[in-house]
Amino acid sequence: MSGRIFLFGDDIDTDQLAPGQYMRGGIEALAAHCLEATRPAFSVDVQPGDIIVAGRNFGTGSSREQAVEALLYLQVAGVVALSFAGIFYRNAVNLGLPVLIAPSIDGAKDGDKASLQLSGSVLNLSDKNTDIALEPMPKNLQEIIESGGLVQYLKKRLASKCKGQ
Amino acid sequence: MQQTLAQKIIARAAGLKYVTPGEVVTANVDLAMIHDSGGPRRVAPILRDLGVGLWNKDKVFLVSDHFVPGDTEETSAILALTRDWARETGVRFLDGQGICHVVLPESGQLQPGMFAVGGDSHSPTGGAMGAFMFGIGATEMAGVLATGEIWVKVPETILIEWTGRLRDGLMAKDIMLALCGKLGMDGGKYQAVEYTGDAIKSLSMQERMTLANMTAELGGQTGLIAPDGVTTDFLRSVGGDTPDISGLYSDTQAPVLEHYLFDATSLAPQVAAPHSPANAMPASEAENTSIDVAYIGACTGAKYEDLKAAARILKGRRVSDGIELLVAPSSKRDQDRAAKDGIMAIFEAAGAKVLPNACGICAGYGTQRLAADVTCISSTARNFKGRMGDATSQVWLGSPLTVAAAAVAGHIIDPREMLL
Repeated sequence: MSGRIFLFGDDIDTDQLAPGQYMRGGIEALAAHCLEATRPAFSVDVQPGDIIVAGRNFGTGSSREQAVEALLYLQVAGVVALSFAGIFYRNAVNLGLPVLIAPSIDGAKDGDKASLQLSGSVLNLSDKNTDIALEPMPKNLQEIIESGGLVQYLKKRLASKCKGQ
Repeated sequence: MQQTLAQKIIARAAGLKYVTPGEVVTANVDLAMIHDSGGPRRVAPILRDLGVGLWNKDKVFLVSDHFVPGDTEETSAILALTRDWARETGVRFLDGQGICHVVLPESGQLQPGMFAVGGDSHSPTGGAMGAFMFGIGATEMAGVLATGEIWVKVPETILIEWTGRLRDGLMAKDIMLALCGKLGMDGGKYQAVEYTGDAIKSLSMQERMTLANMTAELGGQTGLIAPDGVTTDFLRSVGGDTPDISGLYSDTQAPVLEHYLFDATSLAPQVAAPHSPANAMPASEAENTSIDVAYIGACTGAKYEDLKAAARILKGRRVSDGIELLVAPSSKRDQDRAAKDGIMAIFEAAGAKVLPNACGICAGYGTQRLAADVTCISSTARNFKGRMGDATSQVWLGSPLTVAAAAVAGHIIDPREMLL
């Protein structure tokens, strides 16, 4: 999947990703306000396949899964960051959002065309014909993401367990 | 083999003799805490979809706190759903009694050495009891509720030692703001943070809870304090079982990732400027900052001892003209105790407004939020942009003493100037 890069700084928190005042409603209303505190038109500008590239500690703050769900609703292809907050990272895997750690994001500029390959662990900047290397994801976590998240993954496992019996 | 407290607890929960940092193990969960936001409304549909029930209803602890008081159609519907699910499943349920991280320890159910999860990022609060407790999202919680298990990458331990003793006018909150400033919001590296040293050992249980609670802001997975006499006395006081705490400490030779050493005696009251707990500085350096609202609330900053501290400042004084002081005691139990001790009367006489025992403005989920351009000083844990209200509102963090002092002065001030 390819799209454009949306570049963010350090410590992007869950209140920016999923603002508390919209937490009582559904994901559609919540996603419309995703990241608006930092980038007011984000939910309008972002297109399916676009990629978030960010600095350190992406997703810091709350355990609210809607922070991941909002990005999935907006069909963001994945998040590449220097590091992730622990709970956000686990939530992303569990909901099937690719989250990849980059040792450096220096080559990435806002608006660059790019594509993300989970298995190859690279962020390809198509216009510049360069790759940003990413840390490979542990196999078991990659499997959960590729299944579409923990629930789908568990269903598959439960089904194969039943067959085995 | 020399092991840290975190390793010992995980090894026991995973049915292993010992575990090594970096190793991924599946552990049995001793207790799972959920609340009205990430709980039934999110996990019930997943459990239905999977076609499974609860692995053990007696190990599930449900609290309503995020959408209390339910003063809108949407929020009252969420609370109704929560109550229905509690009835159907028969889980332990504390409804409108206060914030999960405070009412769980007060219930006596959380025991030292437990391996526990909570559907909220401030779940490391349980580490004050010497439990390995950490926050997870709703899907992962549904997995725990279905199977009683969760995978965990055995964390390294970051040892944070505070020597000396906090001076009068300082609280655990000042330690945590200073740590956020020194180490940053990812200083905990999603590892186990363990607090130790004379200054930590001399803290009461509720002060220890403040410390462990804000491990979330430090970016740690859990925040542990080895159980001792303070822990067992607290558990006895809330009617819990007297726990066996033998072996619940980090072995002296257990390797740790980092070992920080700080002196509590020289620490000054701290505030954190908008919009990050890491923007910490001595309160005296922000002294000219005028405020509109002072908020004493949340699991972090409105427990009995937080209320008692604020009352020391407010006794015989009134909130400055044009300033609103809002107090949302963390639990009904703590509020009742404060009322009995005359603390609530001091708040009333000072002109404070008392709000429900719930997450309130800290979570920012309800109708009461900070208005545009308001400057607030708050005893809560987080001051992210737009969290507690309008994106233009400015939130400073401080201890309950510092918040109360600012409410009286009308601006940020070192609270020690008012402790005579």
